[in-house]
Amino acid sequence: MALLSKKDASLISDPLADNNPITIQVLGICSALAITAELKASVVMAISVMFVLGVGNVVISLMRNVIPSKIRIIVQLIVVATLVIIVDQVLKAFAYELSKTLSVFVGLIITNCIIMGRFEAFALGNGPWRSFLDGIGNSLGYGIILVIVGFFRELLGSGTLFGYPVLGDPIEKTGLYALGYENNGFMIIPPAALIVVGIIIWVQRSRNRALIEEA
Amino acid sequence: MGLKEKMHELKLKYQGKKMAPAFNAFHTFLYAPNETTHSGGHIRAVDDLKRTMNTVILALVPCLIFGIFNAGYQHYSAINGFPAEFSLFEHFINWDNFILGVTTILPLVIVSYGVGLIVEFIFAVIKGHEVEEGYLVTGMLVPLIVPVDTPLWMLAVAVIFGVVIGKEVFGGTGMNILNPALTIRAFLFFAYPTWMSGDKVWVHGAKAGVTQAGSTDAISGETVLGYLAQGNTEGMYAKYDLSEMFFGFIPGSVGETSTFLILLGGLFLIFTKIASWRIMLSAVLGSLAMGLIFNGVVEFGWIPEYSKFYGLMSFDFWQHLIVGGLAFGIVYMATDPVTGSQTNKGKWIYGFLIGFISVMIRVFNPGYPEGVFLAILLMNVFAPTIDHYVVQGNVKKRLKRMKNATILPNVGEEAEQLKAETV
Repeated sequence: MALLSKKDASLISDPLADNNPITIQVLGICSALAITAELKASVVMAISVMFVLGVGNVVISLMRNVIPSKIRIIVQLIVVATLVIIVDQVLKAFAYELSKTLSVFVGLIITNCIIMGRFEAFALGNGPWRSFLDGIGNSLGYGIILVIVGFFRELLGSGTLFGYPVLGDPIEKTGLYALGYENNGFMIIPPAALIVVGIIIWVQRSRNRALIEEA
Repeated sequence: MGLKEKMHELKLKYQGKKMAPAFNAFHTFLYAPNETTHSGGHIRAVDDLKRTMNTVILALVPCLIFGIFNAGYQHYSAINGFPAEFSLFEHFINWDNFILGVTTILPLVIVSYGVGLIVEFIFAVIKGHEVEEGYLVTGMLVPLIVPVDTPLWMLAVAVIFGVVIGKEVFGGTGMNILNPALTIRAFLFFAYPTWMSGDKVWVHGAKAGVTQAGSTDAISGETVLGYLAQGNTEGMYAKYDLSEMFFGFIPGSVGETSTFLILLGGLFLIFTKIASWRIMLSAVLGSLAMGLIFNGVVEFGWIPEYSKFYGLMSFDFWQHLIVGGLAFGIVYMATDPVTGSQTNKGKWIYGFLIGFISVMIRVFNPGYPEGVFLAILLMNVFAPTIDHYVVQGNVKKRLKRMKNATILPNVGEEAEQLKAETV
């Protein structure tokens, strides 16, 4: 017996590729640009969003029959705000340096379009288990792009991965730096993230032409 | 007989195969193609894309040659001191300068063309279209707008970025929004700022620590704008006089120092009708206007002398035109027919704003006292919008004229119907 039925498995696999929230739906771009200069921050952000979206989807799904539709946005906001405050406090307590790097962008998870989008489009109409899978799938799709962008930006911009120097020491001039290599300052600034995301979108759509939108 | 036929045969042999665009490109690049179109009516004209590109390159050659000699002149003068009595043939046009210039600048040209054309070829083969001549001018512009000592691998990375992100993602030559040469320059500036600004990059050997003759001090060469940005106006005028600025015997990017040769190149481009005189003239006017505003601010005493903008703001408004990359940008970059405005009225607005914003960024840029490339890139983005409103304005004006036209029958049912149609 498979762990997940085929239909349920697609809830996780679809957002990873052909229905990716960032590259296909172009949601949640703001945080993808802001915090991807370091891989560590990307990973923590991805995990935070996974927690908020996974738990939030379940909560909304459980309450879907009792929320009056006129005030559903407010209810959703309260749920997501509660979860984000939990994440924020946990980060401040256990990873203070990192929470300073992420600064306001943890709080801004509240306004991340992916979260409200999944609440509205999925959790309000489906059961808790499927909503949970959908939340995990979408946050994985979001996270994978964050990690890819963070990987290239940190490697090319700072010459490190997770803070470990992988290309040599720029001050001592070892490794690649001995050959005259220099870090690319452009990759540190947010516009570079826009270009990296753009290249991912470009590569993905030229591999699968069905994804190209009608002009 | 010979090469041309051989290439034609090769082209026919590879027709329809994957590598066809590569052979086609070599053939078209060297010769006029043999094929003629058989159907339809055609206008036969000699000013094809290749001819246009070659004319611009021709206009750039004097700047390149001057840059080669200037690289040597700046290097040896920084080591041995500037000559007290400057003589063109004794101090400037000599073998030492030429050899040093060629050995530092020719590699830049080769890398720029080599890498750029390889990228173009790869994309032509992938997309299966002909290689376009668009890179010919870009490849020449790039070495002229970077400092002499730019490491070749940085240039190669920047060229790949500029051609792919600046041009190929939009569909290649003729479809690009941004000027590829300036995209390359902007990438270099943001990626490797230590190699693109300061007083150590404009003279060959300064970054490597070559010392002055009879001293342990390393050589350096501050640009005119660099002096002004530090508020050292007296120091600047003590080192350079106006004729040196105009003729270009000053440190700067390879080919942009000589306003005189740029002016000649600009006149040549206007005379051959390759570049738009409207853009050039309005850009000059724009920069003069902004310069005058700054001079006015200083004149009225609205800015204190200790302000860090004082040096650049008090710089005589017309002198902005003869230092830095402004003249080069206006003549060779702003007039790019693909990325500039297309309508005549649009060209005036587009050019004026380029000059205006260039001087503004030059004065207020905290990192680096220059802004021509940023101003042109910004206006490249706005050019289609400007054109759109110019065209819409024209449509509106004509509709109004038609509505009021007296030729239309003024009375009766027919007139009402016509009026209803035209509104």
